[in-house]
Formats: sequence, structure tokens, C-alpha cells
Amino acid sequence: MKNTTILILSILFLSAFSVSPGADEILKKVEENMSSENRVFESEMIIHGRRGSRTITSKTYSVGDKQSFTEYLSPPREAGTKMLKLESQLWIYSPSTDRTIQISGHLLRQSVMGSDLSYEDMMDDRKLTEIYSARLIGEEKVDERNTYALELTAKVEDVAYHRRKVWVDTERFVPLREELYAKSGQLLKRTTLSDVQKIDGRWFPTVVVFKDMLKQGDGTEFRMTSIQFDQEIPEYLFTKAALKQ
Amino acid sequence: MLAFKLAFKNIFGAGFRTFLNIAVLSFAFVIIIWHNGVIDGWNQQARRDTIEWEIGQGQLWHPDFDPLDYLSYPDAHAPLSAPIKALVDEGQLAPILITQASAFPQGRMQGVILKGISPQQHILKIPSSKLETSGDEAPALIGTRMAKDIKMKEGDQLLLRWRDKNGTFDALEITIAGVFNCNVPTIDGGQIWLPLERLREMTGLPGEATILVAGDGYGGGGQPPWIFKNQDYLLADLDMIIQSKKGGGAIIYGLLLIIALLAIFDTQVLSIFRRQKEIGTYIALGMTRWQVVGIFTVEGSVYSILAILLGALYGGPLLWYSAKVGWAMPAASTDMGISIAERIYPVYGVGLILFTVLLVVLTATIVSFLPARKIARLNPTDALKGKVQ
Repeated sequence: MKNTTILILSILFLSAFSVSPGADEILKKVEENMSSENRVFESEMIIHGRRGSRTITSKTYSVGDKQSFTEYLSPPREAGTKMLKLESQLWIYSPSTDRTIQISGHLLRQSVMGSDLSYEDMMDDRKLTEIYSARLIGEEKVDERNTYALELTAKVEDVAYHRRKVWVDTERFVPLREELYAKSGQLLKRTTLSDVQKIDGRWFPTVVVFKDMLKQGDGTEFRMTSIQFDQEIPEYLFTKAALKQ
Repeated sequence: MLAFKLAFKNIFGAGFRTFLNIAVLSFAFVIIIWHNGVIDGWNQQARRDTIEWEIGQGQLWHPDFDPLDYLSYPDAHAPLSAPIKALVDEGQLAPILITQASAFPQGRMQGVILKGISPQQHILKIPSSKLETSGDEAPALIGTRMAKDIKMKEGDQLLLRWRDKNGTFDALEITIAGVFNCNVPTIDGGQIWLPLERLREMTGLPGEATILVAGDGYGGGGQPPWIFKNQDYLLADLDMIIQSKKGGGAIIYGLLLIIALLAIFDTQVLSIFRRQKEIGTYIALGMTRWQVVGIFTVEGSVYSILAILLGALYGGPLLWYSAKVGWAMPAASTDMGISIAERIYPVYGVGLILFTVLLVVLTATIVSFLPARKIARLNPTDALKGKVQ
């Protein structure tokens, strides 16, 4: 009887192990799905504040995780502002002052145009598997989709969030929800990804809502209005000279 | 002496006109003393409060610390060396660790400065002993301005979010252990005081500090890498504000003084015009022209002496009463970012009174002399005849 129980438990354990991929494997699949050689997209960033909402539209060209160039298109106050990211450096060009300034050091921790995102959130291009130890903690339903629930704990010291929880669609390998925690365990931010569409053969969320859980408000909504993968992007865009053009 | 006798006789002879001149000048005299007394009282109170609540006998700053640049705070900290620790243990220095954070009162995000101070320190008047705790709760002290800003009171809880030395976010709910009332906004507005060891633990900076406040026993001087900032340096901003306030006030009472002096000037011009026969008689009796100029100049000066006496008569009790009950500052003045007590008590120093007396007498003498110079050019015969020249 004892041997039979052990055998059944072993079979169950092995079968479970074979059905669910490992946490690192899930993250790798997510990265494969989400990353591309390059992409060009237009987006709307809707910042919900206490006194109403404002929408900022922009067009972004990016190559991998290391290079990106964004031009803000509206509202008129922000139109013409350009942002260039090269590796770990970030420059912003403001047309009103006709000046390019580098955002570095502690300035990176400031909010991007009053949104729930910081420059640092946009700059951290390290792969999650490089800086976090991932653990599969179960399977849950998110927005009627089956997801793997992963818990990521920082394995390096210089990370903004000590712990994360990510819910990844079991079929499409797209993250549908992410929660960011403080060292004390306090939930700090929640990101919800939705409107997943198949674009150029890959599943991609086109609406992302960033919500700072410590303050009131509806957070910041990021909508991709158009996206193209693996385009030909001129090399000169990723130079400081392109900011003033 | 003759000049003074004649001056008093002529002045009292002028009746109501004299009284008006003296009254206006005395008013300017009293206002000058009162205004400068208020500024001096404010200066003394602000310096005393700033020393007692914020700067002590000077401060030792980390080389990267810039109080006006909050982005400098994350890099401005260093461990305390053995000699510094010994001075801290002797109570000569009080270490303070400073970092930036966000507070979330009623779901609003507000940038705040966290300051860690030892609950056992006695150098500053901040009631840090309220930060003593035995349990796990994180006690915090805030000033009345901060309490008003974030709508918090003693016993309330407040959620804080900050980054440790590696930039990793952390969050904690603190309990307001006390709300202190002080006149120094630079230790109050936008600031939360925590126990030093707790803040060191929260930021991952054990044994470190951003600044050290010197107490009475501290000998002065820097202790590498710490740079010593003395009281003169730390009070320089306050001194500049006081000077600018003095300058602004000088314009107001300067105008008042000019009005009074103008009245004396007019009176002098009129009396020289009307008393030409008298002037001619003086010269005919053997006085030199400049002696006559002297008589008229002294007449003008006597206005100032009488004004000072009148000012002392009614201004003395008024100024004494004002120094006793103080001058209540409007509530909004506490938000101006400079040290202002709820009530300012004017201080009238001997130097201030002597300066004002000298100012009034000198200026009155000058404006009396200017029209009197005309006498020196008078033809005595024509003057005797009363011919207009």
C-alpha cells in the first residue's frame, strides 16, 4: 500500500512537472514573444489625474532593448519633444528651449510627463531572468484566460522592485498582469495588459495600464494605436543629432 | 546760547504751525524706532529659534550635501569615524541622516524629506524623545505645518515609500508619535523625523549620517570628510532676509521723514521771507551774516529736539506696550518659509534710539540750513527796509 502511494505521488509529480514548463522557461518564452529585432509603433499615453485626464501621443522607433527614439506628437505643449535612449543613457530634447539635456543619476527616478512611469522604468533593459529568480507558484485565471503565476525575487541588489508577481497566458505566453512589491511586501504597482492581438505572427498586448497602488486615481493607460515589427529604421535616428531635426 | 534762546522764542511764537511740524516729525521718529525695533526683535527671535531648533552651534556636512538640491541627498552620507562617534557619545554632536521619500496621505502622493535623529539627543529642541519605542511600530514626528499640509494628527498612520541605498523600493506605515510647534519652517514643512537607527535600517546605511549638529561643547572645525559650517554661514540667508526687510521698511519711514522735513523746510523758507527786517536788525546790531544763518539753522534743529521730546512723551508708553504684548503675525506668514514667531516682540536697543535721534536732528538741521544760506547773500540795508530780494 505504501509503495503504491509513493508510485502514484511520483507519477502525479512527474506528470505535473512535464505539463507545466519551468518558471525560467516561461519567462524565456515571454521574452521571445515580446522582443523583436526592431519595432515602430504609435501610441497614446492617457494619464488619469485627480483633476481629469490628458492624452499624450507619440511615435517610437526601437531596436532591441538598447536603442529607442520617441517623438511626442500631441498635445501642442509636448509636441516636438524627443527622447533618445542609447544603452543606459537618455537624452531629452525640448523644442521650447531648443536644448538637449541628459537625464541621469537620480533624475531618472522622476516621473515621465506626470505619468505613473519613471524614466528608470523605461531604462531598465536587463532581462528579467538576469536579475530575478523565478518560481512558478500556480495557475490562475486572469480575464478568463489561463495563466501561469510566477513569483520573481531579486537576485541582484540594484533593482527597483525586490519582488514581482507575473501572470503569463499559458497559450500565448503574453503577460496579462504584473504586480511590483516593496521589500516589506507592500504592493506598490500593478500593470494590467489587455487587448492581446496577433501582429505579424506574434501575440502582443496593445493596452497596458500602469497603476500606482499607493495613490488614488486610475493610473496611466498606454495604448498602441499601430505597431510594426522588423522594419527598416534609418541608423541616424539613434544619434543625438536626430533630436534637433 | 543766544541762538537757542531766540530759536525757542521764535518757535513757540509760531504757535499751531510749530505744533504741526513737531507732531509730524515726532511721528516719523516714533515709527522709525518701532519699525526697526520690530525687525530687530524678529531677527533676535529668528536667530535664537534657528540655533535652538536647527543649526545648534554649527553643523558638519557631508561634502556632497546640498540642502537646496534634494537630488544630492542619496549620495550625501558617510559612516562616522571613531573620533566622531566619541563626540556623539559625549553629546557634543548629533548625527542626522537625510533621505528623500514619498508619503501617501489620503491617497495623495507627496514628496517628503525623511530625517533620522537620535531620540536621546539634547542638542536640538526637537522633542526627539517621543521617538523612543520598544515595539515594532515606526514612530515619527512632524511639525504643525506638515501636520496641516497632510491633515494628520498624533496617533494617525501614514504610508511612506522610499528607496534604499541600492535604489530598491520599500514601503512602511509609520505612526505619528507627536506634532511639535516651532517657528523654524526649515525643519517642519515637508519633513518627517524618524528614529535615526530606524532610518539607517530602512535605507541600508548602518552607522551613517548626512550631517552632524554641533552642541555647546563642540570645539569647531571640520573632521574629514565632514565640512564644518559655522553659525554665520548657516544664518546668512536669514541675515539677508532681515536686511532686505530693513531696506523695504526704510523706504516707508524715509517717505514719512521726508514729509516732516519738507514741512520744516517750508517753514524755514517762509520765516526767512517774512523776517527780513529782523535779519537786517541782527546784522545792524553787529552780528555776522553766518551768525544769523546759525540762528535760523538752530531754529530748525530745535524742531527736531522738540519732536524727539514729544515723541518720547507719547511714543515711550506706546513702544513699551508694544514690546510687552508683541505684534501678532498673520497666520499666512508661517508659510513664508522663514522663521517668524506667531508674535514678534520688538527690541529697542540703545544703539537704535541714538541712531534715530541723530538721524532726526541731523536731517532737520540740514533742511533748516539749506534755506538759511540765503541770508548770507542778503543786503542788510534792503533787509532792514523789508525789500523783497
